Parts: sequence; C-alpha cells; structure tokens
Amino acid sequence: MKKTLFLLAIAGMALFACKAKIKDSDIQTQIQNNPTLSHLTATVKDGVVTLSGECKDANEKDMCENAVKQIPGVKSVVNNATVAPPPQPAVEIAADDPLTKGVTDALKDHPTVKATVADGVISVTGEATAANWKKIKIALDGLKPKKVDASGLTIKN
Amino acid sequence: MALQEKYKQLIDTATASGVSDLQVREQDGVLYIDGVAPSGAVKDNLWDIYGAIDPNFLSGDVVMNINVATAVAGSKVKVVTEKSNLNIRKGPGTDQPIVGKAAHKEIITLVSKANDQWWLVRTDDGEEGYAYAQYLAPVE
Repeated sequence: MKKTLFLLAIAGMALFACKAKIKDSDIQTQIQNNPTLSHLTATVKDGVVTLSGECKDANEKDMCENAVKQIPGVKSVVNNATVAPPPQPAVEIAADDPLTKGVTDALKDHPTVKATVADGVISVTGEATAANWKKIKIALDGLKPKKVDASGLTIKN
Repeated sequence: MALQEKYKQLIDTATASGVSDLQVREQDGVLYIDGVAPSGAVKDNLWDIYGAIDPNFLSGDVVMNINVATAVAGSKVKVVTEKSNLNIRKGPGTDQPIVGKAAHKEIITLVSKANDQWWLVRTDDGEEGYAYAQYLAPVE
C-alpha cells in the first residue's frame, strides 16, 4: 500500500511537471498559428523565443514581441527583427512648361544645340564640344527631367 | 538594380565623399542621383566619374542633380564664365531684362536662391539681380 502511494505520488509529480512545462514545440506552433507573426521567423529554446525577420516599423516590431510574450510558456523574447528603411519618395519630375523654360535658359549660350521637351524627356540635337555638352548636361539634369536623351547630339572634337 | 551596378563606382564615391541627403533611385530605366556635395570639388569629381562610366553622357540612363553645400545665402561666389561678363537680370530667366553685369572672375555675393538655376546676387558696386547659377562657383 505504501509502495502504491509512493508510486502514485511520483506519477502525480510527473503529471504536474508535465502540465506546467510547456514544450518549445507548442510555443512554436502558437507562433506559427498567429497571423500577425507570419512574416517573422522564430526559434524557441527552453522557453526563450528569438525573433528574426523584417518589420514595417518600430511599432510593429514591439507589437510582435508583445504578441509572443502573451503565449503561455514563453519566458523571454530576444527580438532580433529589423525595421525596414522608410520607402524612398518617388522621383519628382518637373512639368514640361518649367522644363522648357529651363532648357531655353540652359542653351542660351550654346546656339548649336537644340532641345525639345515632351512628357518630361529632354531630347537634345545639334552639335557641341564634349566640354560644352558636359556643362549643358549638368544644367539640364538640374531641371528635374525624367530623362535627357542625347542620342541625336553630335559631339565635336 | 542593373543601373546601380553599372554606376556602382559613382554611387560609392558619392557616399564615401560625404554627399548629404543622397538619394539613389531607379525608375523606368533611369537612375536618379540627388544630393548635396560638401564642396564644388566633390561635385566635379562625381561628374568626372559619371563621364568615365558613360562617355559623353550619351546613354541617357542617369539624371544626376548634385548641389554644393557651401553655396548658401550670404556667401561669396565667383563668376566662372568662359571669358565673358555675366548678365544680371531683373528676374529669374533669360527672358528677363538685363540690369547689370558681373565681370569674368569677379567675386560677388549670393543673396538668395530663386531656384537651383537662378540666384539673386549683388556685386560690390551694389548691382543686384538674378544670375545663372552655373556660372557661379562658391569661394571655398
């Protein structure tokens, strides 16, 4: 009888221990089933969760960490997730009217060079020395064109 | 990303030589490089590198707009025309009447910038008006 009780106690303890200790794989499953964490990779070891991957911003990174902390059995979170750099603004292209005016100004001292503007593209024709064309190109690029097409330009030696 | 590879040396040099607000963007087959160079020499060097990768800038796959940080209101600028005098105009544009001239190599004051192309300047004689920025170099 004593022996039976003892065995029961052992079994009870084992059962208790089993119930209290949540397996790493269970935590892993919980993470995988959470749609807000789907873009991150998590490794779990002894209840410590390491997160990696990329978040939109710092706020989202914190939210993901907090979501993991809510999962039963998680002791701590090592948050190695990175924050994506802010997206670069789209390139600003000048309208054709200011571009045309700017082109006129830029070419004033270069009568052998002609240029037209259409949909932000400056198309250059005529002829220029390499040195003069460089000056013109620097000036034209400063006008915020979509493109400077000089395929119709002849470079004189 | 292919253009960033082609112009890697240019982008790397811009980064290494302290170009601030550097933006390198590829859009519709054109690489746009914008930034503010710490000096006129850095800007010149970048244009030399660009010209070495794309001789005579004929590919049309880059639009590079580099301003110079030292060209600020109140600073001195030098007239860097080929040899002629620089027209000073009533307003920002070659359609504006000429109100004065600055001599070749004359040092004048940059009062303010109407835009990247036209700067309001004042000569030591007190003539004030707009001059084409390409013919003005910061005195560094």
